[in-house]
Amino acid sequence: MAQFLQHLINGIAAGTIYALVALGYTMVYGVLKLINFAHGDVMMVGVYLGYATAVQLGRANQSSFLGVTAVFLAAMLGCALIGFLIERFAYRPLREKPRLTALITAIGISFALSYGFQLDVGPLPGAAPRAFPEIIRPTEWFIIGDRAVVIWNWQVISLLIAVGLMVGLQFLVYRTRFGRAMRAVSFDHRIAALMGIPTDRIIALTFMLGSALAAGAGLLYAIKDTAIQPLMGLYVGLKAFVAAVIGGIGHVPGAVIGALLLGLVEEFVVGYTASSWRDAVAFGFLIVVLLVKPEGLFGRVTAEKV
Amino acid sequence: MRRISYAFLAVGVLFAAGCEKKSTPAVSDAGATGQPAAVGNAPPVDSNTILIGEVGALTGSQATFGISTQNGIALAIKEANAAGGVNGKQIAIRVYDSQSKPEEAGNAALRLITQDNVRLILGDVASSNSLAMAEKAQGNKVPMITPSSTNTTVTEKGDYIFRVCFIDPFQGFVMAKFAKENLKLNKVAVLRDTKSAYSMGLADVFARKFTEMGGKIVGNESYQQGDSDFRAQLTALKNQKPEGIYLPGYYSEVGVIARQARELGLTVPLMGGDGWDSEKLFELGGSAVEGHYFSNHYSPEDPSPRVQKFIADYKATHGGVPDSLAALGYDAAKVAVEALKRAKDSSPEALRDAIAQTRDYPGVTGTITLNDQRNAVKPAVVLKVGDGKYEYVTTVSP
Amino acid sequence: METAAVPARAGVPPMLRGILPVLLALAVLSLAEWAFGGWPFFVYLSSIVGVAIIAAVSLNIVNGMTGQFSIGHAGFMAVGAFVAGRFSLDFHDVGLSGVPVGFSDQLFFVLALLLGGLAAAACGFIVGLPSLRLRGDYLAIVTLGFGEIIRVIVQNTDAFGRALGLSGIPQRSSLFMVGFWVFLTVLTARRIASSSHGRSLWAIREDEIAAEAMGVNTTAYKVRSFVISSFFAGIAGGLFAHFVPIINPGSFTFVRSMEIVVMIVAGGLGSTTGAIIAAIALTLLPEAMRTVFTQLSGGDASLAQKVDQIRMPIYGLLLVVLMLVRPQGLFGTRELWDLLPRWFPRRRKGVA
Repeated sequence: MAQFLQHLINGIAAGTIYALVALGYTMVYGVLKLINFAHGDVMMVGVYLGYATAVQLGRANQSSFLGVTAVFLAAMLGCALIGFLIERFAYRPLREKPRLTALITAIGISFALSYGFQLDVGPLPGAAPRAFPEIIRPTEWFIIGDRAVVIWNWQVISLLIAVGLMVGLQFLVYRTRFGRAMRAVSFDHRIAALMGIPTDRIIALTFMLGSALAAGAGLLYAIKDTAIQPLMGLYVGLKAFVAAVIGGIGHVPGAVIGALLLGLVEEFVVGYTASSWRDAVAFGFLIVVLLVKPEGLFGRVTAEKV
Repeated sequence: MRRISYAFLAVGVLFAAGCEKKSTPAVSDAGATGQPAAVGNAPPVDSNTILIGEVGALTGSQATFGISTQNGIALAIKEANAAGGVNGKQIAIRVYDSQSKPEEAGNAALRLITQDNVRLILGDVASSNSLAMAEKAQGNKVPMITPSSTNTTVTEKGDYIFRVCFIDPFQGFVMAKFAKENLKLNKVAVLRDTKSAYSMGLADVFARKFTEMGGKIVGNESYQQGDSDFRAQLTALKNQKPEGIYLPGYYSEVGVIARQARELGLTVPLMGGDGWDSEKLFELGGSAVEGHYFSNHYSPEDPSPRVQKFIADYKATHGGVPDSLAALGYDAAKVAVEALKRAKDSSPEALRDAIAQTRDYPGVTGTITLNDQRNAVKPAVVLKVGDGKYEYVTTVSP
Repeated sequence: METAAVPARAGVPPMLRGILPVLLALAVLSLAEWAFGGWPFFVYLSSIVGVAIIAAVSLNIVNGMTGQFSIGHAGFMAVGAFVAGRFSLDFHDVGLSGVPVGFSDQLFFVLALLLGGLAAAACGFIVGLPSLRLRGDYLAIVTLGFGEIIRVIVQNTDAFGRALGLSGIPQRSSLFMVGFWVFLTVLTARRIASSSHGRSLWAIREDEIAAEAMGVNTTAYKVRSFVISSFFAGIAGGLFAHFVPIINPGSFTFVRSMEIVVMIVAGGLGSTTGAIIAAIALTLLPEAMRTVFTQLSGGDASLAQKVDQIRMPIYGLLLVVLMLVRPQGLFGTRELWDLLPRWFPRRRKGVA
């Protein structure tokens, strides 16, 4: 029982991170219908920005409330800027072109970022993994028995942040002017433009928001697993994407629930069956979901436009 | 239309650039007569330079290991050149990236052999890449020394392939013996990296030897290189109540695993192999890695002057304490230089025989003697991870 | 669609028309083998390029001509590589009596390739049948997942060598063999493009609903093109296994799949010649950069290390620039001969 509980906690903690990354994926897909393969790498860049800020602050300051805020702000603002630049110069010129073109651009950016960060020239970090500073001092919040089940403060904090962001995003998309504009652009950006919606600005803002979210997710990920390296974004990005599809891509709560499900499935496969089959089961789960319910668990069936 | 023809021009140029200097088909012949092919843009090979090649994973998942090895090799070559080179000739080294992929390693090796006409090849770290290189080196009869590929099959490719490290079966045996006899453990679990042939091989040998010695393997879990969340495996292992965990992985994951093990209240000793050795282990693992054991090629605490001098020189050139990959790269290059000095003439056969005759070479990673299987036979040390340094525990001889 | 149909060659007897390109190819390839076979680096590089061409042209049948979006092509290559490699390893010492050893080896090699191709085609059918019923990006996701599943299966199967992969596969590939399969793949792709089957595929690409309304059984056509594409991917993998001395799961990752997608998009989706040229260019680009950088850096090892590392980020940036400058790819949907200068003797447009 204790083992089961611990697995449950681990799975939710892992799913939380997928959820935060998946939210960015889903938002960008919802508006642009673009699978932004560079999303995971933008996250990685955010983590390194946070890392650099934390190192600059030094051991004494980085774990203070102001220090943590500074780390998060630096990473999220930095990534918002990167997201803006990528959208403005790499995706916007291709908006009227076939969707594949933008996808290739995304892959190109992903390569450039993940391999570029492996260089140790100038400010680039190099390929070696680094330990992320403990900006949130790990504290055990809840223990059963002789450490049979342990819950840590950052696990709870991450989960609260993920749920909070999900609710916030849901509010943003369905209850604000900006959200209404987003949905209009998502529905048909040409018509939205005719209606007087500044589509370029809406798309750019969505991108910046998604990238900032990725940076925040990346930092929580780094706090959870402590090691960071330039290829980290590739793998997490892939898993988050899978989570977003399971939940129904473009659907905000769906992404979170899909991610939590994926985290739990992975955890229990490793915990109770052969651990080396984890990825096969994760993707098998995805395929089964798609076969049974092609639009994802919560996605809407969209009528094909004729 | 015009644009398109430019595109063609570009492709043509690419092809030309990609496989230029292909006009030296008879490589071994050129090498045998000691006449480097006189081609337009040949590497700076003149009568005063000996060119050797290196293939290393400089990008991709194994980049950190490849770069360490490269640093060690570069240091050795620099020292050799400062000491007058080989019989008055300077040594030049050409490095190609294997991108951590076997086909690229094979490609790079072939390029070094046929285009650059190197006398000898060093590399790579991962056994799968070295296997791809070995095939090409053996096929073209160019000697190859791998610094750190411990999988047995690498040197079985043929009589031109050598290594300066010990092999997996020995290292697995060392830790099994240490766990049973020194730590007096009876129930041990194994946590292996399924993406790495190195880890898989070590884990198998350890499990077999440990069982033969009367111990019991109580848990078997795995992870993949690049993972960063190992809580599921550790929680499952914790339930088996092992007295120790054998963890033959690389430091990049081991540090994180140690942290998460402690986080989950798993306090038994972890044991591993030479993949642990890196200054990064302390950074990644923090205080959680202290008190664990691993087998290694050398101990940085070894008071012998040649080890201390190597560490000091390495710190001066590259900064930081050299890990075992750097030390092995250094030794591989030094063994190569010694063999180049001893070779009767400049034929590949003579160089091969010279390498094969390496006996009692005083390397940083121990005294290197190559046996009939072209593997280095040398003792392994067991180190304990301390506070920011490794503490020597014991030496196990073959 | 402005695809040039297979031309009715004036002066060639009708019964020879089908076989003529094959004979021509055989002659040219034999000549190439005779001329270049002795240069191992050239052969190796050409083989890698050849495999890239097969992979790109075959993926182009699905992604370019049919307008679907598969991003797990490397997974099918892996199936072909491991099945063919395993077969060749197991029947390493077996030979046919009464024929020269070399001939028997080549026969077994072709058999291994076909087995690999068929295994990949079977996987293509299993993956394609359910997912091609769906619309949109789902094929992409399913194929991506398939690639990962194949990797995990190989890592967990002793017969496939687990993490180390298969080594010691007899190196039976040759310039001739790679060239011949490149030729067969291109021929198949072109024949499909200009057949009524191909017209249906183009129709699906342009407008699936309209195609269905016109009586095209879209699912059947999509699955068929997907299976053909998988078959050639398996062949490409099988060839790969017989000139790269070791195959392991690391050679068939998601990144490899993406590289193939990049090739066909860069060449122009739907353009076979575009796919070929992009496959050549993008495979040689890193190698060419290596040459240039080695020249620039002289003999300095640490500098050489840096520049060899710089290739991949530059590769990524080049992709971005290419897409921005020429988003439709090199050729769009056109073929090479649609773009030749006016004075060049044009192929006549025939009836498909």
